[in-house]
Amino acid sequence: MTTKAGPKNPVERYLRMDRMPHIWCPGCGIGTTVNCFARAIEQSGVDLKKLAIVSGIGCTGRVAGYLSFDSFHTTHGRAIPFATGLKMANPELKVVVYSGDGDLVAIGGNHFIHAARRNADLTVFCVNNFNYAMTGGQIAPTTPLDAVGTTSPYGVCERPFNLPFLAKSCGAVYVARWTAYHVRQLTKSMIEAMDKRGFSFVEIITPCPTLYERRNRLGDGLARMEWFRDNSVIRHGSDTRYADIGFQEKIICGKFVDVDRPSLLEMTQAKLGDVVSHRRWQEMSRRQRRPLGEEATKG
Amino acid sequence: MPGYVSAELTGAHYIDGDHATAEGAIAAGCNFVAGYPITPSTEVVERLAGRFPSTGGNFIQMEDEIASSIAIQGAVWGGAKAMTVSSGPGISLMMEHIGLAAMTEVPCVFVNVQRGGPSTGLPTLPAQADMMQARWGSHGDYEIIALSPNSPQECFDLIIHAFNLSEQYRVPVMFMMDESVGHMTEKVVIPPYNQIEVTPRRFTTKRPGEYKPFALDNGSMVPPMVKAGEGYGIHITGLTHDERGYPVMNAQIQDRLVNRLVDKILKNVDKITRVRDDGVEGADVVVVSYGITSRISMRAVRMAREKGVKVGHLRLVVVWPFPEQLVRQLARKVKAMVVPEINLGQVVLEVERCAAGNCNVVSVPHAGGAVHNPNTIYSAIMEAAG
Ligand SMILES: Cc1ncc(C[n+]2csc(CCOP(=O)(O)OP(=O)(O)O)c2C)c(N)n1
Ligand code: SF4
Ligand SMILES: [Mg+2]
Repeated sequence: MTTKAGPKNPVERYLRMDRMPHIWCPGCGIGTTVNCFARAIEQSGVDLKKLAIVSGIGCTGRVAGYLSFDSFHTTHGRAIPFATGLKMANPELKVVVYSGDGDLVAIGGNHFIHAARRNADLTVFCVNNFNYAMTGGQIAPTTPLDAVGTTSPYGVCERPFNLPFLAKSCGAVYVARWTAYHVRQLTKSMIEAMDKRGFSFVEIITPCPTLYERRNRLGDGLARMEWFRDNSVIRHGSDTRYADIGFQEKIICGKFVDVDRPSLLEMTQAKLGDVVSHRRWQEMSRRQRRPLGEEATKG
Repeated sequence: MPGYVSAELTGAHYIDGDHATAEGAIAAGCNFVAGYPITPSTEVVERLAGRFPSTGGNFIQMEDEIASSIAIQGAVWGGAKAMTVSSGPGISLMMEHIGLAAMTEVPCVFVNVQRGGPSTGLPTLPAQADMMQARWGSHGDYEIIALSPNSPQECFDLIIHAFNLSEQYRVPVMFMMDESVGHMTEKVVIPPYNQIEVTPRRFTTKRPGEYKPFALDNGSMVPPMVKAGEGYGIHITGLTHDERGYPVMNAQIQDRLVNRLVDKILKNVDKITRVRDDGVEGADVVVVSYGITSRISMRAVRMAREKGVKVGHLRLVVVWPFPEQLVRQLARKVKAMVVPEINLGQVVLEVERCAAGNCNVVSVPHAGGAVHNPNTIYSAIMEAAG
C-alpha cells in the first residue's frame, strides 16, 4: 500500500498536526478564522517563540489546542484574566485571546469590559456564531432578537450585545468586525490588531451550520457564506452605535476604531518606573499613616 | 537559594499577621499578586501594592476574585511566583480555579484570612470554618496542601514555606489564616535574606521538541516546568490530558492523571507533615489543634497540667494533607483526643476517622466570631481525662 502525500498545507507549521483531525463540524466557520490567523501570523512576522494563545471553553475555545505556539485552554469565560496575568508577568509576549461569544461576553463579560477599560495589552478575537455551540445551541447574549435556540425555542426575547459598540465604549483602541466570508480583510485586521499596543478587538461572525443555522433554517455552511457575502456592508469608521445585528438583517463590517491610548503596561511603567525606591515607599506609608512597621524597634 | 527580602527590613518589627504575610511572600520571591479587597485580608494586598514597586513585583487589583484566581496562573506560566489573597465569599468564588491549578499543576498560593460564614457572615471576626472547603471546595478528586499559622511571626515564616511547597509539588497551597492572626500585632523578626530558604522552580533541562509538559523524570511524581516565550510551544488545558498536555477523553488517562495528582501529595505526607508536639509522649489526653485555637489551647493545657492531668498538645502546622499515620498511632496510646476548632466540627472528622475507635475523640466546636474561652477547652480536657 502506498500513502499518497497530498500537497502540504502552507499553514501546517502553525498547527499541531499531531492533533488532527480537529473536532469541528464540516462547514464550521472556526477553521476558516484559524486559517486567516495562521496567514496573519505569517505575514505579520511576529516572533513565534513569543506568541501565546489563550482560549476559554467552547468550540472556539479549542483553537488554542490546535495552534503550535504556547497555548492555554483555561476555564469558561476566564481567558482574559489569565492572559492579563501572563502578559504582566512576561511583557515580551504577544498575548492573543481567541474565544467564543458566550465565553467572552456572557460568563466572561465582566473581564472583557475591564480589560478594555484598563487597556490591557491583549488582542482579543471573538468568534461570534450567535450561540453556545459546544453545549448544543443554547442562546447567547449575541443571539439576534427572534432567532431560536434550544433554551429559547419560541425566539429570543432579549436584545443582544452590539460587540463593537461595547468594546469601543469600554476603551478598546482597535475594533473591527468581519464575517468568515471576508478572509482577506479579516487577515489584515488580525495583523493590525496584533500590532496595536493595548486592547484590540476583532469580532468574527461565523456559521455554525450544525446548530444555529440548522435550528433557524438558514441552510448549510456554504449557503451561509453566500448570505454573508450578499448581506454584509463594509463601512470603515462607521459609528459603532449603529452596528447592531438583527435577525437576518444586514451585517455592518469594517474597521471601526483605530486610535492610540497608553496601554496598561505603559501607564504602569510611567507611574512606577522601573523600581520605586524603598525611601519613597517609606514616605508614602508615613503619609498614609499605615502601620507598616517603619517605627519598629530595629535589631 | 536565599530569599529576596530587601536588606532594609531585616530586623524586628511590630506588625500584624496580614503585613507579615505580605513581607513573607516578598521574601519567598513572590512577584505577582492579583486580588480583590475583602475584610479581613485586604491589608495583605495593600502592603504589597505599596511594596512591590520597590521589589520588582506586580500587583493588580482585578475586577473580582474569579479573575484574581486565574490571573495568578497566567502569571506563573509567564515565569512569576504568584499568589492571591481573600476571605470567605472571595475564596468561594475562586473554587473553579483551585481545581484548574491542581489539574494543570500550577505552583501558587491562595491566602484565606478566614472570617465567620456562611455567606457574608462576620466580616470582621474570626473563624476556622473553611478548612473542609480548602480541601474539597473544587469539583473532582485532587489534593492540595494547607498550612495554618498561629502568629504574625508564623505568617512570615510559613508563607515562605507555602511557596516552597507549591514549587516542590506543583500544587496550589492554601494559607489558612484567620481574622485574629491577620489582625493581631506582635513582634516579627525578619531574618537576613541569606538565612531564608527559598525553593526555586524546577525548570526542564530538555530542549524544545524533546520536552513533554507532564512527563515525569528521575522517578519524581512532579514534572518539571517551562515558561511561555521560550520556544517550547506547550499546550496546557484543564481537560484531562496526557503527558504532552493534549486532551484525551478516556477512563484510562483519567485514572493515570488523577491518581498521580493525588499520589504526589498523599505518598509524601511524611515529608509534608509539620506538627508541634508539646508533651504528647506519655499523655493520657491530647489536644489536637491548629491556627489561633492552638494558642487558646496552650492555656487550657497548662490549666489541666496544674491539676495533675497528663495532657499533651499536638498542633497541626500543616493541616492538609492530614497526618494520618501519626494520629492513628497516637490513638492507640491515649485515652482521648480533644479537638477545639472555630467551626462546628471539621478537622475533628479526620481525627475521628484516623482514631478508628481506639480512643475517645471529643469535638469542642465554636460557631465563630471569637476564639474559644480557654475554660471550655479545659473542661473538655478534664472530662475526657475522667
Ligand atoms: C463554568 C462553566 N459553565 C458552563 C460551562 C459549559 N459550557 C461549555 S462551552 C459553553 C458555551 C460556549 O459558547 P461560546 O463561548 O459561544 O463558544 P462556541 O462553542 O459557540 O464556540 C458552556 C456554557 C462550562 N464549561 N463552565
Ligand atoms: S457545533 Fe457549530 S461551532 Fe461547534 S464545531 Fe460544529 S459547526 Fe462549529
Ligand atoms: Mg458561540
